[in-house]
Amino acid sequence: MKFDNFSEAIQHARTLFEDISFSYASNWKKQNSTRHIIGFLPIYIPREIIHSANMLPVGIFGAGDRIPVVHGDAYFQSYICHLPRTVIELAKSGHLNDFDGFIFPAICDVIRNLSGIFMLDNKQKFIRYLDYPQNFEGNVGGKFYRQELNRLSTDLEKLNGKKVITNELNHSISIYNEQRRLLKLLGDFRSEFPHKLSAVDYYLIQRTAHTMCVEDFNPYLENIFLLLDKLDVEPEDKIRVIISGSFCEQPPIGLIKTIENAGCYIVEDDLQLNLNWITKEIPTDTDDPIGALVDAYINHSIFSSTVYEGDKPKGDQLAEQVKDRKADGVVFCAPSFCDPALLDRPQLEKAMDKHHIRHFSFQYHENLGQFHVIKEQAGTFADTIKLWE
Amino acid sequence: MTIQKENSMLQQKQMLADHFIELTQVQETGKKVVYTFVPGNLTELIYAFDMLPVYPEINALQSGMRKQSGDYIREAEEYGFSEDVCSYVKCDVGMMLQGNIGPTGQKLPPPDLLLLSYTGCFVFMKWFENLKYLYPDAEIAMLHIPYQESGRIEPNAMQYIKDQLTTEVIPKFERVSGKKFDPDKLASKMMLSAQAEDLLVKVFDSAQNKPSPIDAYFGGVYYIGPIFTAFRGSQACVDYYQELHKEVEYRVANGLGPITPDGTLKEEKFRLVVEGPPNWTHFRNFWKIFYDMGAVFVASSYTKVGGLYDEGFRHSPEDALGSLAEYCLGCYTNRNLPQRVDMLDNWITKYQANGFLVNSIKSCNSFSAGQLVIMRELERRLEIPVGFIETDLVDPRYYSFSNIKNRLDSFFQMLEQRTLYTGITS
Repeated sequence: MKFDNFSEAIQHARTLFEDISFSYASNWKKQNSTRHIIGFLPIYIPREIIHSANMLPVGIFGAGDRIPVVHGDAYFQSYICHLPRTVIELAKSGHLNDFDGFIFPAICDVIRNLSGIFMLDNKQKFIRYLDYPQNFEGNVGGKFYRQELNRLSTDLEKLNGKKVITNELNHSISIYNEQRRLLKLLGDFRSEFPHKLSAVDYYLIQRTAHTMCVEDFNPYLENIFLLLDKLDVEPEDKIRVIISGSFCEQPPIGLIKTIENAGCYIVEDDLQLNLNWITKEIPTDTDDPIGALVDAYINHSIFSSTVYEGDKPKGDQLAEQVKDRKADGVVFCAPSFCDPALLDRPQLEKAMDKHHIRHFSFQYHENLGQFHVIKEQAGTFADTIKLWE
Repeated sequence: MTIQKENSMLQQKQMLADHFIELTQVQETGKKVVYTFVPGNLTELIYAFDMLPVYPEINALQSGMRKQSGDYIREAEEYGFSEDVCSYVKCDVGMMLQGNIGPTGQKLPPPDLLLLSYTGCFVFMKWFENLKYLYPDAEIAMLHIPYQESGRIEPNAMQYIKDQLTTEVIPKFERVSGKKFDPDKLASKMMLSAQAEDLLVKVFDSAQNKPSPIDAYFGGVYYIGPIFTAFRGSQACVDYYQELHKEVEYRVANGLGPITPDGTLKEEKFRLVVEGPPNWTHFRNFWKIFYDMGAVFVASSYTKVGGLYDEGFRHSPEDALGSLAEYCLGCYTNRNLPQRVDMLDNWITKYQANGFLVNSIKSCNSFSAGQLVIMRELERRLEIPVGFIETDLVDPRYYSFSNIKNRLDSFFQMLEQRTLYTGITS
């Protein structure tokens, strides 16, 4: 599929984003009887292993305001974040029927217990809560993680009989390396020319990477680059901000737009953190590709609120990001009741103060419909920096 | 209102007082202080290095019971914590910011070591990441306990924990304490732990009697005190459980119900199993709602949060590190949801409960997420009346007596109707 104009290419991404039935994945699956769909929750999973097992990893990031919550509220109390409600809603209303399994990465207690709910509700499907080591010594946490990945590979094989073998996994790593390279280029482009690629369009393109198969996505992204080159848009007088804290439950599109319209170019964010979780190219010529994935996770992961910070303070890493992206400030934008993001916030704010970086914060939920207060906050923040810095 | 004191209660009170005195004397004694968590605690190991444990969760709940938590929480929110997050964390941080005055009114020593036993609760990790900034001089040791996602203990999880103990935890204990690890000393403490655990299981099993001689929730939180906190692995702990067991046996022999703040419960009308921690800010008031109705908790999940011994696990001197690993992996909130449902199902049957209640805690996702599903699943399996109330651990803003009372009145009416109905049909 090739697009001749940028709007059409973005419309394609928007169509995929709005399709809560994941029909792209269903169509992909129909083409071959060994194909399976594996849904995964935020944040990171080693998609290469899923790919190598002839399966399509599909990111499930809730459904925002695109689905009315009927069943979901009967599963979770009012003081639990919103994402699991729409995930349950998607499942209960049949939108995930074509999925053969689900992976729940170990990022918080809610996602953890959601995996248990799926176990109770979907006894026929493959459900895996994937624990990641919080110990980053290769012979301790690395060893554990390798065994977890081996177990995952073995269990996936039971689904379709397709064994994960070395040269095929190397190939999968290679094609995802390319995806990471292209996405990094896109992120760099977005940071350098935020007036040419809006935050919403950038976000929609990223979401596409979690829906389309990588063989379709990489050419799509190359196509996007060609179209971006042709765009001629004048920069506006806006400040440059980094969004922090939105790595799981996603803010509504309207909220992303509001921040930008209020005078803040978003030059870096953690909304789709999985896509740049691994910060280095993973070797593809090894006879131990699982080992290569383990090494990438242990030694070349991006910082996150869901990972023990050890001796690398997250605040300093965020400040480094601000410097790299030449940002004017940080917007702490976290979902209500999100333990990882909200419990990190006090120290991150203090770190920003220490580094003399401006910041402001608010909370949202995925189906928020009123943006006025946030617009005022973002606008004031932008004005303050423009006028006084 | 004065609670009727039994010997075991006085004994526990003295143990706690002595412990806090010891903590206030560390400058003179030179003993090192370890802050750690109840689930997956390594008390035997801490004492094997002659260090002293402090449990911020326990301080927080004590602050809640002493009506101090509200101020501490406000202090932490001013510091930057959201209203949405765990009130234990905020209470602890607030207490620290206001001078770290402990439950006995004396200043607690700062930690020499933060032992981050990340067991069954994601917030633990964030909690100590925050404390690391508040206590910059303290060493921090991370012990990551994988979740029982498959419903069983995977061998690689056991090995992972043992590896962390030998490469991360013990070396840091040695560095902070200045003492070499002595496996024999650890083993001797583990033997004492097992003795206390045997007795605790007998105490909780006594709830199979009718009337139950114990309340396994409101009374249970006192019964688990020594073993879940600073005393497991000590002779004093064994002595406490021997005394407690003797008292419980006496009550069984004499057909007596549990002790409440208003004396021995005269009539047992309802036998309940409860899921979730209690509210601490209005503990007595909360308890009274139940004993006024003649309701006794015959089992509770909360009293398994610091260790689950029902299924036979005991700390063992054989492969002591492996035993510690197994203990950590087995704590209640480290079990997956289907396991939790099965356990509750088993307790309802074993203790012949006629109702199941969820006390859902606003700021504890580890317990709360999934409780509505647990409740429906048990209702479906056992056709048992279920009830649901909401409170918080130590945030007094989330305790609404009238709401709770209304819901419980309806629940008890349902139980009464059911009792009448089953009485007629049987």
